[in-house]
Amino acid sequence: MSNRNKILFMIPYLLWIILFVILPILLILWYSLTNQSQQFTLANFELFFHNGTFLKMMLNSFWYAFLITFVTLLVSYPAAYFLTKMKNQQIWLLLIILPTWINLLLKAYAFIGILSNSGLANQFLQLFGIGPVNILFTDFSFIFVATYIEIPFMILPIYNAIKEINPVIIQASEDLGASKWQTFKYVLWPLSWSGVESGIQAIFIPSLSLFMLTRLIGGNRVITLGTAIEEYFLTTMNWNMGATIGVVLIILMVAVMLLTGSKIKRKKVDL
Amino acid sequence: MKKLIWTVVAILLACAGMAYEVSRLQQSDIQGKNKSLIIYNWGDYVDPDLLKKFEKETGYHVIYETFDSNEAMYTKIKQGGTAYDIAIPSEYMIMKMKRANLLDKIDTSKLSNFKYISSSFLHRSFDPNNEYSVPYFWGTLGIIYNDKYVKPGSIKHWNDLWSKKYRHSILLVDSARDAMGMSLVSLGYSMNTTSNLKLKLALTKLNALGPNIKAVISDEMKMYLVQNEAPIGVTWSGEAAEVMESNKHLHYVVPSEGSNLWFDNMVIPRTAKNKKAAYAFINFMLKPQNAAQNAKYVGYATPVGVAKKYLPKKVREDKQFYPPMSTLKHLQVYRDLGPKITQNYNDLFLEFKMYAR
Repeated sequence: MSNRNKILFMIPYLLWIILFVILPILLILWYSLTNQSQQFTLANFELFFHNGTFLKMMLNSFWYAFLITFVTLLVSYPAAYFLTKMKNQQIWLLLIILPTWINLLLKAYAFIGILSNSGLANQFLQLFGIGPVNILFTDFSFIFVATYIEIPFMILPIYNAIKEINPVIIQASEDLGASKWQTFKYVLWPLSWSGVESGIQAIFIPSLSLFMLTRLIGGNRVITLGTAIEEYFLTTMNWNMGATIGVVLIILMVAVMLLTGSKIKRKKVDL
Repeated sequence: MKKLIWTVVAILLACAGMAYEVSRLQQSDIQGKNKSLIIYNWGDYVDPDLLKKFEKETGYHVIYETFDSNEAMYTKIKQGGTAYDIAIPSEYMIMKMKRANLLDKIDTSKLSNFKYISSSFLHRSFDPNNEYSVPYFWGTLGIIYNDKYVKPGSIKHWNDLWSKKYRHSILLVDSARDAMGMSLVSLGYSMNTTSNLKLKLALTKLNALGPNIKAVISDEMKMYLVQNEAPIGVTWSGEAAEVMESNKHLHYVVPSEGSNLWFDNMVIPRTAKNKKAAYAFINFMLKPQNAAQNAKYVGYATPVGVAKKYLPKKVREDKQFYPPMSTLKHLQVYRDLGPKITQNYNDLFLEFKMYAR
């Protein structure tokens, strides 16, 4: 293909990137660096980092995103591992992917039905004589539902990574006298790390700004930066402060990407 | 491949056909411009039969468009390019629109039915001479409780909500002005307080309510109250009317020491194209029989005093929705406090949602 043709094919892609990725980010930056009378100022950032509420909210977002990612990993890794040992893997995979075809809002409402006072979960508990327990609007229900929604995005990359490992390597490790735990720690885990890493990135970053679930399942008892952004843009129409929180969130996300990304390079050198 | 091409051709043809039809319909709309009236209103906020009746009586063709928040409506009208002849915002938004020069004056002497409006709903602070707005519906902020779990009569005042009996059982409306306002009234302050100190005190008081709060939500509250998920809810009278229809155990109380009184008023935006039709519509809606029919359909309270005559006795004498004068005089109307103080209300409310557990 000639060079000119190559450029021609690049144009739609470049236009897309400029219009829908770069320009919006620049716009957010512009808003965050101005005040409501369009003067340049750093006051928004100053307010953000001098305000206990915002810092606590940031900490909250991080903490919940961490919990969600951690629980998801805890469930997904063994599931992905056993999946590679199954017959009919295609059907099992389909079953795991299936829930992602259903709209998030519908799933959230389904969970409201299950977790509410007269819902299935409480009816089940009542069989054992445990009276209606408050499940909805608690930290537990929030993390539970968020984990449920994120699980497919963790299982798939880990499954692919484990699948790529040559079974001979595992056998060799066992033949050479490594215990099950040692095989896992020194062979399986490092070799599947690339899958774990992309799973973490796919879950941790969106979890930082979940706001629909914090309202529907958390009943606004769980507040993250996403809630604040929504408030600043829609309720008080202070777009500048909303954009500032957005910029902070973008920076945090880039930091997470860099942190998880650098690890894999080091691991590769070790091997 | 051939099949694929035919499918694409068929889809394109169908699209072209529909596009032609749409443009044809719009053409006929434009031709009948002087004969049409465009209303911009909340969803499901007028009896459709009344619109038909209006069309029949006056010969105007009604186009009804809806919005779901005052802010969304404001943005759309401000950006221009719209030709709404009537819009129905809430009172604080009317102040804001007036200041932004988006409203046309209404000459009330041209409205023969204006005299039917009760005096308590005229000349309010947001539009002292009723130069820009005519009341459409009004309502209050109050407490809904379920008599299966709460003894009737045990909740009469805001302070009753702070009782230890109601741990983890209150659904609070997700609105900064209303939640902070409730706390301010319980302390004896105005709902339009601007003093930073008083607002901080209100936040402290609201934080003490934290353990009693089950969730801070808005639209979903109706569903939870109907399903007995929580025994108590703090929300607006219109929502109350709706849930009480589906669950007979629910009751609505407006605390007598004071609460919010809100109005949705009809206004004529500056961009209106058919003012004659707008006047005709306002006058039509003020006619007592029509106002009563609308109130019966929507479930909110009508400001047209004479209209009560046409409402069923049960509705008319319902103290929950038409509170007695002794309560009515303590009710307060929100003023637009400007961006800075509005921000302060919202920041404090966010802080409450963060820390109160």
